[in-house]
Amino acid sequence: MTMAKSVAIASAEQPAAATRNGAFVAGAWRSTGALVLIAAAVALPFTISNYHVFELTQVMIYAIAVLGLNILTGYNGQISLGHGGFYAAGAYTAAILMHRYGVPYWATLPPAAVICFALGVLFGLPALRFEGPYLALVTLAMAVATPQLLKYFDTWTGGQQGINLIKVQAPAFLGIGRDRWLYLVVLTVLLVAMRVAANMLHGRTGRALVAIRDHPIAAAAMGIDVARYKTLAFGTSSLFTGVAGALSAIVIGFVAPESFTLFLSLSFLVGSAIGGIATIFGAIVGGLFIEFVPNIANDISDAAPWAIYGLTMLLFMYVMPRGVVGSLAGLMRRVQSRRATAGQGLEEQKRRLS
Amino acid sequence: MHQLLQQIFSGLAAGAVYASLALALVMIYRATDLVNFAQGEMAMFSTYIAWMLVNAGMPFWAAFSLTLVASFVGGMIIERIVIRPVENAPILAAVVVTIGLLLIFNALAGWLFTYTLQEFPSPFPDRTLFGALMTTRDLGVIGVTLAMLVALFVFFRFTATGLAMRAAAQNPESARLCGIPVGRMLAIGWGLAAAIGAVAGIMVAPVLFLDPNMMGGALLGGITSPIGAVVGGLIVGVTENLVGAYLIASQLKLTVALALIVLVLVFRPNGLFGVAIVRRV
Repeated sequence: MTMAKSVAIASAEQPAAATRNGAFVAGAWRSTGALVLIAAAVALPFTISNYHVFELTQVMIYAIAVLGLNILTGYNGQISLGHGGFYAAGAYTAAILMHRYGVPYWATLPPAAVICFALGVLFGLPALRFEGPYLALVTLAMAVATPQLLKYFDTWTGGQQGINLIKVQAPAFLGIGRDRWLYLVVLTVLLVAMRVAANMLHGRTGRALVAIRDHPIAAAAMGIDVARYKTLAFGTSSLFTGVAGALSAIVIGFVAPESFTLFLSLSFLVGSAIGGIATIFGAIVGGLFIEFVPNIANDISDAAPWAIYGLTMLLFMYVMPRGVVGSLAGLMRRVQSRRATAGQGLEEQKRRLS
Repeated sequence: MHQLLQQIFSGLAAGAVYASLALALVMIYRATDLVNFAQGEMAMFSTYIAWMLVNAGMPFWAAFSLTLVASFVGGMIIERIVIRPVENAPILAAVVVTIGLLLIFNALAGWLFTYTLQEFPSPFPDRTLFGALMTTRDLGVIGVTLAMLVALFVFFRFTATGLAMRAAAQNPESARLCGIPVGRMLAIGWGLAAAIGAVAGIMVAPVLFLDPNMMGGALLGGITSPIGAVVGGLIVGVTENLVGAYLIASQLKLTVALALIVLVLVFRPNGLFGVAIVRRV
């Protein structure tokens, strides 16, 4: 304690040149690390089979959806069990535009984003009045109603049969297969989504969202427009999830009401909680969980795979109640602060305090 | 007119079942501040237990009582073993745990009892009453639900355990200081909820046949006050039935119930009978 205080005083007295340098070095390290990761992600599909490429594409699509839900649930504290509905809206927007109006697949993403943002805001307005369990129940009902609505408006949605789409082909000059091309398309969208989310959440807006989550009254007292930010969170969240839905329609080439059941919505929430509440990278862990754990459960027990899936969820929550990324980050902070208080890593301590 | 009344009565019978499930949710919500998403699946599992007992040759009411006891004990065990570890975890972790429970119960029921529809006997004779206005089954379902409500009211109002449970739910710290074993009270709350769910499941089964997914929609009736839960459940049941019969195709029944609930909540954010909770900051 005294140590930390003296360090703080020291760094306050010295002009911050050294610290600024430290921050710069850390920033450089971070962007180098990010570049290496991105390069690896781009190279990856060329080393594995088409089927695995398809699976990873699915993982990234789920990750975008989970990221969207995380903005709402993790950062803003509004629990939604109905994001499968926005996912479906995005998927059907893309499918109807491609199927009826012959719009090229890449051009369906912006309309899907706009429509889902609008839907999210519209849903977010009544949601302003609900708290905790009410919102959870209302969104749950939305998830249950989604397949019914899709079947009912069958002139647009193709009803029970759904819509079959023409398979997307990779540009000829690239000379790569359709699976690898779609992987790269989805990877690009995921990176953009993560960047946008980071810019939004690590700044003024993110702080406002977290403040509302942690203490709405105090947030309002500090001059944050609670209603505006909550609605904005709903809209943005729905936008991300809707884009993910559009991508899924493009990649799978088929949409039908039965793909958008309550189970899908629950999966997103589970992915968000297990990946890491209020973390950006947690979304990728969440996507991996949604895509792979059911298969693994199936390998373990043919008879009751979903029981194994449920048990896995329980275990994850017992061991890491803040999610994988959240708990690991907490662990790392603890190790770092222990190192710092042991008298080493003063540089680090200084950087953290500056 | 006659047909309208008929629809209303059969709606009330369905609503009574929603009300019971909603009541079970309220029990758990008031005790542990948690919405138990597995409530419907737990009720379904209890119903299968009753079905198994009846199929093994046990008289209906004996099977009924035995199922209630088994569900009560099962609910308590679940609270102690599954829910307790996340009592102080972030709320989302607790939500995920109840979703996990939902999947486990659904999968176990499908595995143990298969996903095919099973016919469940009704304890009430199938006769029509009051000039075909309602059937004895409907009357039986409504009667059992009302009896359960009265029993619960008596339990909470006039017994020492009921009082202790209310205290534990309202103010755990003070209750603990008064010597009330709060943990045990929470477990009893879960046990009671499981038993109420079992009653609802057994009552609804003869009408709708038994299907692992039949309970999902029942969650809709949940509102925070016990009376509100019952009234809400009845309203949802009747509206659903009337809209299904007169306005639009029955495939949109659930959507209509949803729209109704959202509409009510927009004007009364704490439900029809709920009170706004004043918090100290």
